[in-house]
Parts: sequence; C-alpha cells; structure tokens
Amino acid sequence: MKHIFKIVAILVAISAIWVALLETSTVPRSYTWLLPIYLVVALGCYGLFMVGFGLMFFPTCPQEAILLQQDIVEAKEFLAKKGVDMGSE
Amino acid sequence: MEAAAGGKRAYSIIVPTYNERLNIALIVYLIFKHLPDVNFEIIIVDDGSPDGTQDIVKQLQQVYSEDRVLLRARPRKLGLGTAYLHGLKHASGEFVIIMDADLSHHPKYLPNFISLEECVFFNRVLSLTRKQKETGADVVTGTRYVKNGGVHGWNLMRKLTSRGANVLAQTLLQPGASDLTGSFRLYKRDVLEDLISSCVSKGYVFQMEMIVRATRKGYHIEEVPITFVDRVFGISKLGGSEIVEYLKGLVYLLLTT
Ligand SMILES: Nc1nc2c(ncn2[C@@H]2O[C@H](COP(=O)(O)OP(=O)(O)OP(=O)(O)O)[C@@H](O)[C@H]2O)c(=O)[nH]1
Ligand SMILES: [Mg+2]
Repeated sequence: MKHIFKIVAILVAISAIWVALLETSTVPRSYTWLLPIYLVVALGCYGLFMVGFGLMFFPTCPQEAILLQQDIVEAKEFLAKKGVDMGSE
Repeated sequence: MEAAAGGKRAYSIIVPTYNERLNIALIVYLIFKHLPDVNFEIIIVDDGSPDGTQDIVKQLQQVYSEDRVLLRARPRKLGLGTAYLHGLKHASGEFVIIMDADLSHHPKYLPNFISLEECVFFNRVLSLTRKQKETGADVVTGTRYVKNGGVHGWNLMRKLTSRGANVLAQTLLQPGASDLTGSFRLYKRDVLEDLISSCVSKGYVFQMEMIVRATRKGYHIEEVPITFVDRVFGISKLGGSEIVEYLKGLVYLLLTT
C-alpha cells in the first residue's frame, strides 16, 4: 500500500471519530470543536520537541577530525614514497 | 601476487569520483590498511574529472595492482545514480559496498559492515530455525545519528536542517533506517541490482529512495554506527536548493512507496 494511503487512512479514522463525537455529543460540543486544534498543536509540539531533543543530543565527533588528519599524514607519506603524486595542496 | 587474478572477489567497493584527486589516493590507502585480509576490489567510477583524478588512479594501480584497483571511467559528468550502476556492471563481488571518496566515509568502519554481513551469513548457513534464517541482512547501512556515530564540521543551521528533515521523514515515511541520506552502505549484489533498477531519483534523494524501497520490499536492513567528518579537501557539489530537493523527494516517496 502506498504510504500516502496509510496517512490518509489515519486522518480519515481520526475525522470519523471526531464526527461521531460531534453527532453523539457525549462530550459538550464546544469542546469537540476545539479537538482538531489541540491535535494540530500537539503534533507541532511533538515535532518541535523531537527536533530540539535531536539538536541537544546531536552526536558530534571532534576527535575523529583529529584522527583523520593523522591518517591523512600517514597516507600521504606512504603514497609519496611509493611514487604517487601527492601534489602540494 | 594474487592467485586468482581477475577472478571473483568477495567484496566490490564502488567509489564514484568527480575531482577527488587527492582524496582518492588517501581513501585507497586507508581501505587497504583497514581490510588486510579481505578479498576485495575497489572500483573507481570517475566521470572525466578535469583535475586529473584518473592519473592518480593509474599511479595507485601501480602500487596496488590493477586487479584490486579498477578504473571504470566515463567520459563526462553523468551523475551519481548512474555511476553506481556503471560500477556495479563491472563488479565481481557477491557483496557490494558503496562509499564516497571525500573521506567523510572512513574505511575503518568497513570491517564492521563486513562482520555484520558475515555474522548474518553464518546464521544463514546454519539456518537452524526459520527465524534465524530470516535474520539475513540484505543491506547494511552506516548511520550517523546513533550512539558511537556522529558528525563533525556542521554548523548549527546544518544540524537543525538535518534534524528537521529527519523528524519529518521518520514521522511521515517510516523509512526503516535512522540515516536516510547517508550513502555508506553494503548491499548484497542482487539486492542492489533490484533496488537500483526501481529507483528513479537523482542526487541524494536517490540514497533516500534506495533505503525506503529496501524497507518496503521487505529486505533486511542492519545499521552500523559511523562518524562523518565533513569533506576536508575539494569542493562540495551540493547546491543551495538542497532543502527543496529533499521535500520534493519526501513527497515523491510518500506517493510512490
Ligand atoms: N562519478 C561521479 N561521481 C560523483 C558525481 N558527483 C559526485 N560524485 C562523487 O560522489 C561522492 C559524493 O559526492 P559529494 O560531493 O561528497 O556529495 P555530498 O557528500 O552530498 O556533499 P559534500 O560532501 O558536502 O560535497 C564523492 O566521492 C564525489 O566525488 C558525478 O556526477 N559522477
Ligand atoms: Mg561528501
């Protein structure tokens, strides 16, 4: 099933529940009307939270840059000795 | 030297290059350093780099022999996606590894990719239970966004876009891998052939499409943490329309997978 259909299906299901709530008015209507807004806000919060969280704990590796520099020196030395043109960049 | 000159290799490492004169030499050295006992070949797909990348490759062939370092050049810049396909045509390995030449993919992680594949392979050989058989990994993909992985050299803006893009994709697309746009991967040969033939995207959306399609097709994907140091030498080929391309790719994948 194309993924978009899954998303649409979920949206349809949610709307169906919402309409049912409106029709049966188990909860006061004024509350029900606000539910979609809550949902959007909740989704937004989830997104912001996930991005913020990911940003805060973004894995970095400054050590690797240093190690790489060492590898580069080592490689250049070896290759130059073998006659590979390492230029003078 | 090699007994089976020109014979079949276990692993084919495809490295596309465009103006990677210095980097290609370094990466070839590092691959040989980190895979001393592995039967592999390096297939360099160079798109007529004006900086003389191919001259360096020829010199490397003198050092490491032409059977292990293969130059499969194309006349002009024809893009990454087709570069992989071109390399694949000349690959003799049962497994194919794809990596960038710009040293942001460090060859020291190759043994991790391979041991994961081998361990999975033994599982399959044993195949004691059906379940065990099913643990076979078809794709091993490098991921930067987990413990022991990481990125170096990105500013805050780049990190923010990356996180935003990732949350968006994970929520909407459920791609089955934590690092969508990374291109440090190992594939079983036939799986790669199958995936490439069903992918149409260009640029790095291509990497995304490959892994999402792999998930949808039910291939088993394993992840290996890798660190990613942004390119030191040479110029980046990424344009400014990166984000737009990404969003288009996301919509495309939502509609087609
Ligand atoms: N054969 C071939 N290789 C290419 C082409 N474009 C890029 N490459 C190579 O593909 C790899 C990845 O390209 P990069 O320029 O590093 O792209 P990136 O990693 O998304 O971006 P930066 O690292 O920021 O530049 C490198 O090894 C390039 O040399 C192409 O058109 N043809
Ligand atoms: Mg790069």
